[in-house]
Amino acid sequence: MLSIPYVTGYLTEHFGDDEFTQIGGYEKRGGYRAARKAMKEMTPAEVIDLVKSSGLQGRGGAGFLTGLKWSFMPVETDKPKYLVCNADESEPGSFKDRILLERGGHQLIEGLLIAAWATGSEKTFVYVRGEYGFPARQLQRCIDEAYARGYLGKNVMKTGFRHDIVVQRGAGAYICGEETGLLESLEGKKGQPRKKPPFPAQYGAFGMPSTVNNVETFCHVPHIVKNGAEWFRSIGTEKSPGNAIFGVSGHVVRPGLYEFPLGTRLDEIVFEHAGGVPDGRKVKGVIPGGMSMPILPAGQLDVPLANEFLRERKTMLGTGGIMVMDETTCMVRVACVITYFFRDESCGQCTQCREGTGWLNKIANRIERGAGHAEDLDILGDVAGKMEGRTICAFADAAAWPVQGLLRHFRGDFEEHVRQKKCPFTQSFEL
Amino acid sequence: MVISEDARARIASEIAKYPVKRGALLPALHIVHEELGHVSTQTAVELAEIFEIRPGDVMEVVSFYNMFHATPQPRHHVHVCTNLSCSLRGSRELLRALESYLSVDDHGNTADGRIHLGHEECLGACAYAPMLRVGDVYHEDLDLEKAKRILDELD
Repeated sequence: MLSIPYVTGYLTEHFGDDEFTQIGGYEKRGGYRAARKAMKEMTPAEVIDLVKSSGLQGRGGAGFLTGLKWSFMPVETDKPKYLVCNADESEPGSFKDRILLERGGHQLIEGLLIAAWATGSEKTFVYVRGEYGFPARQLQRCIDEAYARGYLGKNVMKTGFRHDIVVQRGAGAYICGEETGLLESLEGKKGQPRKKPPFPAQYGAFGMPSTVNNVETFCHVPHIVKNGAEWFRSIGTEKSPGNAIFGVSGHVVRPGLYEFPLGTRLDEIVFEHAGGVPDGRKVKGVIPGGMSMPILPAGQLDVPLANEFLRERKTMLGTGGIMVMDETTCMVRVACVITYFFRDESCGQCTQCREGTGWLNKIANRIERGAGHAEDLDILGDVAGKMEGRTICAFADAAAWPVQGLLRHFRGDFEEHVRQKKCPFTQSFEL
Repeated sequence: MVISEDARARIASEIAKYPVKRGALLPALHIVHEELGHVSTQTAVELAEIFEIRPGDVMEVVSFYNMFHATPQPRHHVHVCTNLSCSLRGSRELLRALESYLSVDDHGNTADGRIHLGHEECLGACAYAPMLRVGDVYHEDLDLEKAKRILDELD
């Protein structure tokens, strides 16, 4: 059973309360007032301006400005416009969207309604990863309640605005979390990403203008409408405002979810809140933002979790999945796990990715079993470098970056395998 | 006809939600899997008729996604997550122990054909490792004894 966050904030403060998952309980705590305010007191352009001035950045990994993305939607068009909610949470180390679906379905629906009003979208498709059966059913139950209350359907809150929400379940493909892979999958096809441009705002779901945002991104929106852009900007850092939900996993005493303002320090979360590594062992490295993001070594954890600071250390916030590895961990085994994943999940469309992920995995495995050569380290770096930035989507970059991070900070682990012709880390997790 | 009237009605109501018929193909494949467990050639032909596409278009989609199958499947699919966070907390040891408990190899079926056991990539349960899923039901914070009990209770 998914536990509620250890530290809560405006997104998750009521998640321990079962009533909050019911429409009546949600309304009692002020729910749907922000959607009513947006639709009855604000024009769509005003809502977009508000979200723009709040500085909200997408929480799905790329960190693009949400208001700016919404403003790309054409205003004068005869075509139907769609909103797409990316609930295909599959980034290893990330499990925040799951609780937002399970415990905060109405908060998400309210965010979707406001976004739909702002972008003039008649329908939302929520694409939930196939394995998230319970979260998808919880969301569907909330959607049914919202229809019964007149918050969805032909005449939302008697404003004359029409909006429907359709939940589609994925079927087990990581690449469908990439926004255009998701759109292809939504259309009943293989989830192979599209070339951009055209971007979804011009050519999105079913060829119509569409906006795709992550679950958490939508969940911030009702709070911004309710409390204003200045309030939102007062939380977090100047460049990265608002709270975020961090998932902490791996070698820590209290793995779980933590809602904190962006800019909260990584070491504070790992040591003070998650209790550090069990049994007095030391930390060796931490991945700060889901498995696609480069690792940081123990000496570099004094960094605020916001992209402007993480970039200085050659990593990114990603999806906020913090993966902690203790001193027993073999970083070559980590490379084997990571490269296996990307090899398995590459959609196969681009040669650099299809071949590159396979080579990264083969070479990592070879080094791990003691059959590696000294030049293999350079080959790993070379292959990773040749994948980055050369493919249709960012998947190849996501496969290359963690390998580059491991080589940057833990090259010694790789060299030691080659020198000793075996894995020297006898206490490490098993492969 | 292998797809039942009931499933056809459910598929029709999914199609009604989409601007383009084919949008409902994944929902339809989920419905077919609930009913038949896999997509046979005949099922693909019938789905192709419903969606006005070719059977090959259906199978191309089936083969792309891990949760869809073109061959008959055991009643229960049990998957242990072995991605990084779970591996750090002993999921691979758990999987090996369960393989020997059921006498199967990685991604093997039990001799009675009831259970498929295999590893899987991240399932979004990183803080509650090790974990496994049976279909879309998650079992988290496991140890070997708890996991064995879950397997024992499968029909």
